[in-house]
Amino acid sequence: MSTAIFGMLTSAGIDPLLFVLQTGVLETVLGPLFWVLDLWSGFVGWLGELTGLEVLAYGFMHRAILVALCIGVMAPLIGTFLVHRQLALIGDALAHTAFAGVAIGLFLNAVIDLGVTPYLTAVVVAMIAALLIELISEATDAYNDVSMAIVLSTGFALGSTLISLNAGGLTVSVNQYLFGNLSTVTSQSAAVLLVLFVVIVVVVAITRNQLLYVTFDETAAEVSGLSVSWYNRIMVMLTAMVVVGAMQIMGVILVAAMLVVPVAGAAQVSRSFTESLFVSVILAELAVLIGIGIAYYAGATAGGVVVLVAVVIYVAAVVVGKLQTAVGEQSTPAVGSIDAERDASSD
Amino acid sequence: MSTEHVSEADRSAPPENVEPVIDLHDVDFGYTATPVVQNIDLRIDPGEYVAVVGPNGSGKSTVMKLLLGLLEPDSGTARLFGEPAHRFDDGERLGYVAQHASASKEMPITVREVVKMGRYPHVGFGFLWAEDKRIVDDALATVGMSAFANRRITQLSGGQRQRAFIARALAGEADLLVLDEPTVGVDAESVEAFYDLLASLNDDGMTILLIEHDLRAVTEHAERVVCLNGEIYFDGPTDEFVDSDALAQAFGTAANLGEAGR
Repeated sequence: MSTAIFGMLTSAGIDPLLFVLQTGVLETVLGPLFWVLDLWSGFVGWLGELTGLEVLAYGFMHRAILVALCIGVMAPLIGTFLVHRQLALIGDALAHTAFAGVAIGLFLNAVIDLGVTPYLTAVVVAMIAALLIELISEATDAYNDVSMAIVLSTGFALGSTLISLNAGGLTVSVNQYLFGNLSTVTSQSAAVLLVLFVVIVVVVAITRNQLLYVTFDETAAEVSGLSVSWYNRIMVMLTAMVVVGAMQIMGVILVAAMLVVPVAGAAQVSRSFTESLFVSVILAELAVLIGIGIAYYAGATAGGVVVLVAVVIYVAAVVVGKLQTAVGEQSTPAVGSIDAERDASSD
Repeated sequence: MSTEHVSEADRSAPPENVEPVIDLHDVDFGYTATPVVQNIDLRIDPGEYVAVVGPNGSGKSTVMKLLLGLLEPDSGTARLFGEPAHRFDDGERLGYVAQHASASKEMPITVREVVKMGRYPHVGFGFLWAEDKRIVDDALATVGMSAFANRRITQLSGGQRQRAFIARALAGEADLLVLDEPTVGVDAESVEAFYDLLASLNDDGMTILLIEHDLRAVTEHAERVVCLNGEIYFDGPTDEFVDSDALAQAFGTAANLGEAGR
């Protein structure tokens, strides 16, 4: 890594601004994470030798598996708060604007030799777009389909235009961004993902009460003194982070599925909110691990396989949920509302 | 319930200098240039049981939002517990029960988890401790929902669900309970049980403000009626309201209790 930076610096003639961007901030912040990545890689490699699994023998798979594990936690974590407010579409809109961010990153790398992972510019652009969507919805008093569709297509159009302009100077395949790719997860982008992961988990852990209240009953939350608009802003910013983090493997087009499908599955089998959070994480982890395993051995696109596995798991959850309801009704036939009401009011 | 409510019951006949819970003075408000409500004067003292009635589009919900501080008056003043309503930040003193929550119907959440939300303004970013859990259990018991605490809220009947929301307000140790057409879609028998619960909470000192379309419910249960249609047509004891012609004025000449109270 350091030799690469040295090479870039000499070729760029040591521009002080670039120097700060490339080494000062990014390398200092990500430095310890590269060490974590090395540790992880060693661990998975050892696991691979132990089990004899070929899939665990390659460095790129070590990073891909780590990224996948993080996606399996953060996507349903955020998705749970979105799905139950019928905001599933916002993930899709932000993923498409993140694509514009990728294009800007590639463009800057080609023009001024910025040398940062395009996922970093994608985070910035997606978070700005998230804030815009939220501010528009506050001004118009509704999340509306039309404004979200406009943001979605604008982002994607901007992305594709920039990339087509770029194509002359740099041979870039956008497939890895559109569809995700296991083998292109670099150390730098994995480190960026780890930062996003920690931020998301910490923020949700701190604001879990408020996010739940706002999700369940926005007006009551506001009456109780919560600043609903601030928590909505936090929520969309976190969504932008998740989407970009998950994009590396899932791709722009399919990333929103990880916010929605495991959550929908968990809702079928869970009774409480806490339970549904844990179940959705378990379902998502199953989907990503089984998915990238199959994708590796079948040589298929990881994003597509992961989503297909997630959908299969969802269907299974629906069946289990129906069975649970049927069994529940058999064992407690007296749950009829009127009778239950009488029982309850007598105590 | 809590000792707070008992102490309020002691001053159930408020002296002249008592601080009103709600105090709207000469309030005008419109979403556009056309005012929705005008010249609203409304004072509610601790321990009162007041119903706001009016036909659809009469500005009932607007008045509710104004007095809860969700909207700011174009002119006039709106005060909650003595503070300007839109800057009121003691949210746990308010309990709010709507027709339904905003979340999707598929959201998995138990009755207990909903009632715990009442403690959130008290604990902030922290955790619910044993004392909070005891208060939640007490609130569940008060509304008769202890047996349903771990049931998914979507599996409840309409009446049970509304009692869970009242329990949430009780868990927050609210002094004022505001209910926005709480019995829409609730079966008749549960409606009776629901109003019995409100009456007993009021007996314990809870100030209750009921926003209601159903006139019969109002005349049978509330002590004081405010009749609204853009402006206040009537404000006084319920039996005077029944005898007055405010109803005909506000709802139109053809209205009477039998017809308007669906």
